[in-house]
Amino acid sequence: MMQRIWATFYARCLEYVRDRSALGWNFILPVALVFGLAFVFSGEGKPLFKVGVIADNVSATVAPNAALHPFLQTQHIDFYSVPATTVEASVRKVGRHQTDMLLDLRAGQQHYWINSDSQNGYVLEKLLQGSGGTTLAKQSVQGEEIRYVDWVVPGILGMNVMFSCLFGVGFVIVRYRKSGYLKRLNATPLSATEFLLAQVLSRLSLITLATTIVFTGTNLFMHFTVEGSYWHLLLVLMVGAFTLITLSLLVAARVSSEELAGGLLNLLTWPMMVLSGVWFSMEGTNPVMQWVSQLSPLTHMLTAARAIMLDGANLADISGHLGVLVLMSAVFLVIGALSFKWTSD
Amino acid sequence: MAQPILDVRNLHKHYPGVNAVNGIDFTVPQGICFGLLGPNGAGKTTTIEMLEGITKPTSGEIRYKGELQGARFRQEAGIQFQSTALQDFLTVRENLKFFSSLYPKGLPLEELIEICRLQEYLDRDASKLSGGQRQRMLLALALVNDPDVVFLDEPTTGLDPQARLNFWELVNSIKARHKTVLLTTHYMEEAYNLCDEIAIMDHGKIIAHGSPDALLATHFQDVIIELPERDFPDAAKTIPHRYLDKVTGTIEIITPDVNGTLAQLIQHGASLAGLQVRPRTLEDLFIELTGKELRA
Repeated sequence: MMQRIWATFYARCLEYVRDRSALGWNFILPVALVFGLAFVFSGEGKPLFKVGVIADNVSATVAPNAALHPFLQTQHIDFYSVPATTVEASVRKVGRHQTDMLLDLRAGQQHYWINSDSQNGYVLEKLLQGSGGTTLAKQSVQGEEIRYVDWVVPGILGMNVMFSCLFGVGFVIVRYRKSGYLKRLNATPLSATEFLLAQVLSRLSLITLATTIVFTGTNLFMHFTVEGSYWHLLLVLMVGAFTLITLSLLVAARVSSEELAGGLLNLLTWPMMVLSGVWFSMEGTNPVMQWVSQLSPLTHMLTAARAIMLDGANLADISGHLGVLVLMSAVFLVIGALSFKWTSD
Repeated sequence: MAQPILDVRNLHKHYPGVNAVNGIDFTVPQGICFGLLGPNGAGKTTTIEMLEGITKPTSGEIRYKGELQGARFRQEAGIQFQSTALQDFLTVRENLKFFSSLYPKGLPLEELIEICRLQEYLDRDASKLSGGQRQRMLLALALVNDPDVVFLDEPTTGLDPQARLNFWELVNSIKARHKTVLLTTHYMEEAYNLCDEIAIMDHGKIIAHGSPDALLATHFQDVIIELPERDFPDAAKTIPHRYLDKVTGTIEIITPDVNGTLAQLIQHGASLAGLQVRPRTLEDLFIELTGKELRA
């Protein structure tokens, strides 16, 4: 059994490595995006004021009531509600310059946080003081600014992993089926489980290697913020990639039309790219979209990776996301393996 | 009587709206080349795929060495499909090694390479082989596990005459190793030359079964005389005849009495300069049994 899995794994790896165009793309795209975005967001840029507001009995999905304080009536500022349960995390965001100011307007609280090093925080403080209304007590927060590139790099790499896993496994299996290669393998003692396992291991190894090389290489120039453990990041990458590969096996289990497979894979990848927080945070977006985003394996992978990189989260902190990914993998793998078909008839 | 290597009993395969295989029975003795012939859509590929274990029969039974097909069959059968795709970017040697690794035992690769004459292009990308080279490599993949039974589904379709003759030699060398070969082909000459036994299928049923010579002897006791129309005078038209080819104007006379018919032709003043006498062939039998209408 191990010999057959190894032989299939090795043959698939050879095929992947020798396909220079596909291999190159797996390296060129993420590197180009990381450097490109770092360049685009390296200037002063357009100031965007983002203010979190904590208030009594307000859901995170509802905009803060402007009647709470005259300052909330100021235009061109993005005011968003912050649940009282996430105050600590929100204060940390002020420290990271991810939020310019945090207001606590709950009864008996009445204070605000700004980062004393933040230009935006300074401007907002002056606006707050000039707005009238109840005087709020100031609380300063210290912390290094999180660059956009630090925030977006897990998104770019995650997106590359998603495309590589879904198209690199699912599409290839459909092509194998359509061309009759699977039928030929079916005539050998190789079982469906052995074949699928070899495909999973092959893509998992190669994408882990490729992503590690891209991250390490770009990190030499960009010096990303990584507060947590690199090993934990690697674990998140592997678990996330495994989930995405099993999802592709599910898509490819029975389909024998490359056009249909392409459509199905696009149907999965595009919503995941938009709703999983690859380019922007889902915080403050429509609650339905936030709920839908939780169905995406990429959301859990990116949230866990960002928690490790930006907040120094440990395994216990991200265990919920890892658990969801493992559960999704198990469901996808079982359904995919049970419904797998060798031939296109 | 020795146990047959394959024993097929009341085999059916139904697809929605189609009875592809409609209750066939036959046995394949060990060590022979068995040919499965039939026009397009006759059910021979469905039959061979059921024998290969690729397609599940709707009903019926296939026994391999007395046992129902199972893991043992997978390990002891070699298969060459009508068209087989392989992984991209792998050389002939890598393909051989890969398929060899899927079996617990097999032929040494050097021996396989020699049997199928693959030496010259072992390190060439398998997708860049010519038709004949590719078929030889696919045959090598079918033999990689040193199988007891080898299935060859239209292996010489699309090959030039040299490549086809070369492939026949390879099949004969497999037979010489006492392997059982199960062959489907559209070339009657190929079936006649290679097969010890044939079964002709049409509309999902076996309509003739036996050795090629025995089948010819059973169905035909006559020979065919062919001569150009220009050499066939009007006076001779009392002899029963038919047009073999109206475009080229070839007349065909089917007769059990060659001498008598020739005497009649001479008597009617026919020229014998372009005349040919030929025995009945497997192609004649095939047309006789399955008709002349075009199949899909």
